Parts: sequence; structure tokens; C-alpha cells
Amino acid sequence: MSLITVMQQIASGFGATLLIFFCTLLFSMPLGVIVALGRMSKFKPLSLVIQGIISVLRGTPLMLQLIVVFYGPYYAFGIKLSTNWRLYATLIGFSINYAAYFAEIFRAGIQSIPVGQTEAATVLGYTKVQTFLKIIFPQMIKRTIPPVTNEVITLVKDTSLSFVLAYQEMFTYAKQVSAAMSSLMPLFVAGVFYYIFNLVVTIVMDRIEKALSYYN
Amino acid sequence: MSLFEIKNVSKSFGDLKVLNDITVSVDKGEVVAIIGPSGSGKSTLLRCATMLETMDSGELIYHGEKAAANDAEGKAVYASNAELRKIKSYFGLVFQQFNLFPHYDVLKNLCDAPIHVQKRNKTEVVKEAMALIAKMGLEGKEHYYPQQLSGGQQQRVAIARALCMNPDILFFDEPTSALDPELTGEILKVIRQLAQEHMTMVIVTHEMAFARDVADRVIFMDGGYIVEEGRPEDVITNPTEERTKRFLARFAENG
Repeated sequence: MSLITVMQQIASGFGATLLIFFCTLLFSMPLGVIVALGRMSKFKPLSLVIQGIISVLRGTPLMLQLIVVFYGPYYAFGIKLSTNWRLYATLIGFSINYAAYFAEIFRAGIQSIPVGQTEAATVLGYTKVQTFLKIIFPQMIKRTIPPVTNEVITLVKDTSLSFVLAYQEMFTYAKQVSAAMSSLMPLFVAGVFYYIFNLVVTIVMDRIEKALSYYN
Repeated sequence: MSLFEIKNVSKSFGDLKVLNDITVSVDKGEVVAIIGPSGSGKSTLLRCATMLETMDSGELIYHGEKAAANDAEGKAVYASNAELRKIKSYFGLVFQQFNLFPHYDVLKNLCDAPIHVQKRNKTEVVKEAMALIAKMGLEGKEHYYPQQLSGGQQQRVAIARALCMNPDILFFDEPTSALDPELTGEILKVIRQLAQEHMTMVIVTHEMAFARDVADRVIFMDGGYIVEEGRPEDVITNPTEERTKRFLARFAENG
């Protein structure tokens, strides 16, 4: 198999990788904000439960979590799994896992904003929701761009873990081609794809960071 | 009827009693200065007045409307959120650390709350804000972000932001303590001008000369109590209480 054919084969899984990547960001970021707020809730039981869940999600392998999400419904409830479940389980597993990381980043970001901001908003009559959306949230986003960039870069590489559910994304293809050819070359090609993907991600995140640097 | 009254307020942080049965009332047009050593409770009193801190017991009244009153057991109970929101529109607060919104430019810092909290007409608010910016000597700075301004300029923006809400009474929590002497002068000039315009103000300050010049009444606090209260020429120039004398003597020594 020529290099070009190998690249074409691997690239055919790139769409699936992109799908996992964007859907995970789309679901995990808003979920992360909600989880962060729950984690900071003054209602202790809620805060403690969320703390426990975050602890498990961060303390166990993502690969294991994907397997649990995928097989869980069958083993626990005997539910027959549809063909689409492979993708859904992948997206659910990734979104929940990344939400846990984002939640901790967002929590730190929110707590790093001086309490004077909230006090000024309170005195001006902003409601709690207004204070969060107008004053705290935008400042939190700016402050958390560097750690969020780290997570996004990790996510690009982590999408490869979905091979464990045999979801046909880039890395699954690369492994198959590699096995068929008895060669490591397809895996190197996949590596180059991931690297270029991350270069683009870094440039985009850098742009966002710069766009938000109009104030300190 | 007083514009602002806080009656028999007590407040503790854990075992530490920071306010002991304090009563203060302020009439329209009056300028009241609160002085006293660090930890005397003067900032806590201001924070109770502006509802950033809840009182353990006591009454808080603006224009005769009760924001908080004691229940049968003598615990302060606050009014409904809707009522508190209305009462909040009666006062403004200027912080020691300015607390401007860093992601908003000067104009938006002034206009956002009047437009989105008070639901006032945008064109009108912007016009008023521009006039306030000019009044504070900040012409041409309306699209600057807070960190592009000096401390004195930031504090003037903060004063303008409070004024843009058209409050009936303005509280200042050590407005010059974060500023060097030169910038302090800028801020005192602005407050003096507001006093001449008969703005009702309560100012927690360490600037004794300023308190003496501007205030109609001076309150000296220590250890959570009001030690002495009266005309500035009495309290600052000829204090009767031993504690006030000692406090002011230290100020005289340090210049």
C-alpha cells in the first residue's frame, strides 16, 4: 500500500474524530459550568455529591469509563444496544469526563475573581443571575483560557481512546491498516494528523486569548 | 424623617462582636464622616448599611421603608427581594478598591446598571453618563478600560458609576486609602464638590483634615461602639472622650 493510500484510509476516519472532538466540547463545556456552580453550591449535600463524582471521573481511566458507559446499559438493565450506541456511548463518556475537568477549571476561575466584583454588582442592584452572566462569567472565561487550551489539546489526542469501543475514528483505522500491513507507518501517519490538528487548535486558542486581551 | 437610619445594629463575626447596638441616622443633604482606628467596626457598619453584610439584630430604614427589622426574638429579618431591590436604588457605594468592572470600558461601567437594572432609556443614560464623565474631569476617557487609568481616575469613574444610578445617599468606604497623597487630593476635591451640591454622604475616612472641613457631623467609633459624635469642630478639634483624644493625638504625631 502506498503512502497516499494509507493517508486516504486514515483520513477517512478523520471526520469521526472531528465529530467526537466538537461534540465533546459542545456538551462538556456548558455541563462543566453547571457542575462548577453545583460544586460551589452552599447546599452541602449537592456540593459533596458533585465533589465525589468529579473525584471518580478524574481518578479512573477514561478508557474504563468509556467501556462502562458502552456496556453498562446491557449488563445492568439488559437493554439491547442499537448500532448507533457505539457513537452515543463515546460522546457521553467523553462529555462527562471532560465536564469534570472543565468544572474544576471553571470553579477555580470563578473563585479567582475578586469578591469586590460581586459586591459592586450587588450594590448596583444586579440580580444573582445578572451578576454571574454579565460580570463573573466573561472574566472567568478569559482567566481560564490557558488551562482550557490544555484540556482541548488533550482531548484531540484522547479521541483516539474511542478505538476501545471500536468506533471507526482515525486511530481505529490507523490500527487496522497497521495490522493489515504489519507496519508501524500508518500509526506514524496518524500521529502526524493529530499533531497538525493540535497545531490548528493551538493557533485558534491563541487567537481567542488575544481577542480577550483588550483588558487585564 | 431621616433619609437613612440604622438602629440598634449588632453584628458579630463568630465570637467577635464588631458592632454593639449602634444607631445612626442621616438627614437629606447631610455629610457624615465616620472615623476611628482599624477594627473599630466602621467599615462593617457601612457594609451593614449597604446590605453587603447582614445584621444580627437591628433595623435598617431608607426613606421610612424598612429593609430590615427585628422579629419577636430580636433577630434582624430582611424584607422581600423585590423590596430590597427597590431600597437598593436609594443608595450608592464607593469602595476602597474601586471594584470597577475590568471588562467594561468607562462608559459601560457607568451605563450598564442604569440600563439593565433600572431599565432606563439608553440614550438618556448615555447622555447623563457623558455629563458625569465630564464632571469628573475624565473627558475623552469614556472608551478607556479601567486598567488604562490611574488609581485616582479609576476612583472617579467609580464615583461616577455610583452617581449614574441617581442615588439619594452615597456611602464611601475609605475612598482614598488605596491612593497616594497626590491622587487622594483629586478624590477629596470631587467629594467636596458633591458636598457643595448638597449630596447626602456618609464617608468612612482616615483623612482627619478632610473630615473636619467637609463633614457636618463626625462619628468616632472604637471597639464596635460609637465613642463620640458631634460637629467636627467638637469631635476632631476639641474631643471630650479620652479615647478620641488618644486616637487623634496619634494622627497629629504622624502628621
